Amino acid sequence: MRMNGERKFIKGNEAVGYGAMAAGLRCYFGYPITPQNEIPEFLSSALPAAGGEFVQAESELAAANMLLGAVSTGVRAMTSSSSPGISLMQEAISYMAGSELPGVIVNMNRGGPGLGDIGPAQGDYFQSTRGGGHGDYRTLVLAPSTCQEAYDMMIASFDLAFKYRNPVLMLGDGIIGGMKEPVTMWQPERPADHAEAWQVDGAAGREKRLIRSLRLDEGELAQHNRHLAAKYEAMKAEARAECFLTDDAELVVVAFGSMGRIAKSGIRKLRSEGFKVGLVRPITLYPFPADVLETLAAQGKRFLTIEQNTGQMVEDVRLAIRRHADSEFFGMMPGELPGAEDLMAPMLDAVRRK
Amino acid sequence: MAPDIDSITLARETAENVDLTPRPGETLVFDKPRSLRSQNTHYCPGCHHGVAHRLVAELLDEMELREKAIAVSSIGCSVFIYHYLDVDSIEAPHGRGPAAATGLKRARPESFVFTYQGDGDLASIGMAEIMHAANRGERISVVFVNNTVYGMTGGQMAPTTLIGQKTTTCPAGRCLEREGSPIRMAEIMASLGGVAYSARVSLDSVKNIRDAKKAMRRAFQVQTENIGFGFVEVLSGCPTNWRMDAVKANRRIRAEMIPYFPLGVYKDVNTLNPEGER
Amino acid sequence: MALYQDVIMAGFGGQGVMLIGNLLAYAGMDAGLNVTFIPVYGPEMRGGTANCTVVVSDDEIGSPIIQRPLGAIVLNQPSLEKFQPRIQDGGVQIVNASLVDAALVERGRIRSVCIPVNDIADRLGNPRMLNMVALGAFIKATGLLSLEQVEKSLSNVIASHYSYLIPKNAEALRAGYAFREGD
Repeated sequence: MRMNGERKFIKGNEAVGYGAMAAGLRCYFGYPITPQNEIPEFLSSALPAAGGEFVQAESELAAANMLLGAVSTGVRAMTSSSSPGISLMQEAISYMAGSELPGVIVNMNRGGPGLGDIGPAQGDYFQSTRGGGHGDYRTLVLAPSTCQEAYDMMIASFDLAFKYRNPVLMLGDGIIGGMKEPVTMWQPERPADHAEAWQVDGAAGREKRLIRSLRLDEGELAQHNRHLAAKYEAMKAEARAECFLTDDAELVVVAFGSMGRIAKSGIRKLRSEGFKVGLVRPITLYPFPADVLETLAAQGKRFLTIEQNTGQMVEDVRLAIRRHADSEFFGMMPGELPGAEDLMAPMLDAVRRK
Repeated sequence: MAPDIDSITLARETAENVDLTPRPGETLVFDKPRSLRSQNTHYCPGCHHGVAHRLVAELLDEMELREKAIAVSSIGCSVFIYHYLDVDSIEAPHGRGPAAATGLKRARPESFVFTYQGDGDLASIGMAEIMHAANRGERISVVFVNNTVYGMTGGQMAPTTLIGQKTTTCPAGRCLEREGSPIRMAEIMASLGGVAYSARVSLDSVKNIRDAKKAMRRAFQVQTENIGFGFVEVLSGCPTNWRMDAVKANRRIRAEMIPYFPLGVYKDVNTLNPEGER
Repeated sequence: MALYQDVIMAGFGGQGVMLIGNLLAYAGMDAGLNVTFIPVYGPEMRGGTANCTVVVSDDEIGSPIIQRPLGAIVLNQPSLEKFQPRIQDGGVQIVNASLVDAALVERGRIRSVCIPVNDIADRLGNPRMLNMVALGAFIKATGLLSLEQVEKSLSNVIASHYSYLIPKNAEALRAGYAFREGD
């Protein structure tokens, strides 16, 4: 694909597909679920045309385990789904974390629990940032708020997955997946033929390799989990957040993904009316950009966390600022399509309340 | 949910491997396949996994597949096959071997990919994955060890447990009305369009072991010749969980298992066809 | 003053609101502006209307979801009932006079352009191009983009095997643009 610099008007879901192709995707495995179907639909033609493999799996359970198999060979592979399907994938995500495999998973978050609805929601924040499956592990989590970010973050996701040999989750939602924006295509520089020192591809002229998560020898699992913990600690260097008008802000709104961009519209309006409100939009949800928030808290700012759930990220915000401040919370529910006006009222309440 | 496995202790590398190099005047008449590692297994006396492993290893040698093989081990007693075979390996979650193998083969089509699964793994928790990998005609080979019982977790009822057979979770014997009938996988596999080869063999006697190797060879061949999905069901003994000695276990295979699970080739085609021609 | 315009386009399924939403967004993009397009779904989709929201701005666009729009293109009566009250004071709406009871159209608080898009499209020989007539009227009423910019983007939203319909669509856009109330 040569398309550097080209500007395409596409849905966020398609941006995920284009971004993954630009990142060197070789295999995609997935199962249909709304609101992310444009991802497999796009890749079912684009990927084979580029010599890659597309498999519609029998379930999300199988799709995630196909991903586990494919990335074991050192190729760039991914799956995508939405909330109920991501729950089914947690088995393989846990095994990939334990086996240190670089699987990339996209979740276009919909309403839950259970079947919920097919509209946008942020109810999977806990599931995404706390590992999600069994065992003591973490996945790197990126949260796009625009179609361009969805494209860019797919490229970053593969790089981070291989850098840390760890599953990377991109957490979008039905707004990001379904909306269209212009996306500028670009292609990262990558070595053409790169082999990983751990990949299984046949023990020709070398010792055999083994990829596993079972560690039964005395002390082996303890040692492995300490190694994983050290890796998660090192990942903190990847923490990212967008700060918008925070310098002179009295009130800092914390919101991620599509809620972050909607909050930004509200903040612009409040600024035009003279209210000193700013925004911190976490770009990485794990690692959480705690330092950014703590620095602002130490300056005496007040905080309001806005999410499309009943209060999940707010716990990370409170942890980050606990030495200096607390955070108020405002939650939209799934099924409520939020506009800037919905978010301005709680902001106004919070900024007026000294 | 994966059965717990903390009751299994991994066998260590033997401190002193037996040196099989012939001394002057000696002729080597029996050797270890290159694809087998010099390592004691953790299997119980009379268990047939060791025999099945050796057949796999002999074929990897004879068909010159060792250097391009990727083994997918499953959850059950045979999870540690990756310590015994000298090939690249991955460990799949319980039942998901055929899905993981699909990913491996799609990513590296030049590799030789096979799963080695037990009856609980393949025919119970992994039923969806085996059915669909077979039906898609994935170019992978599956060795399915059927010993009518969950071995690693301590002898619970398996989907292949025979009617009347006592296990720790059907202590009065498997009952048709309550637990249904034992699943015949080789026949089911033969009915799927993506399957090029499906057979059932047994490891209870020398003759049957020889036939088993022939069947495995063909199940490997349909992959290397890019024909379709290859499947071999291997009837095996589990003396420990059957509460009998190895000789009686072999007799049980003949007296009880083979009558219900008939040996034979259920499908062998050179090209796939959706009508399911046998 | 920074350039900013948002618009909700609503009508029956099949009236082509998604197509003109895409067209406006493409034209905005090709004019070097930031744009968002979002088909609104969920409970909003019920009640016989399809709608989408387009935002065009020379600044970064925050929310792609607009509850109180500056503009609306209303192609049927249920959409008028639903969206007219939400339009901001001083906003503009294009109303399909062929299907909407004129007595229900607000005047004064907002600027309403009533245009019989079905009749005009019929006269042009293709009743399906009523959506283009409405978009033409919207372009005229807001001055958001030039007619030429929108016409140029037609090839982006009309599939290549229907490209022979582009001149006819352009004609419909122009007819909407040229329309003057009272004509």
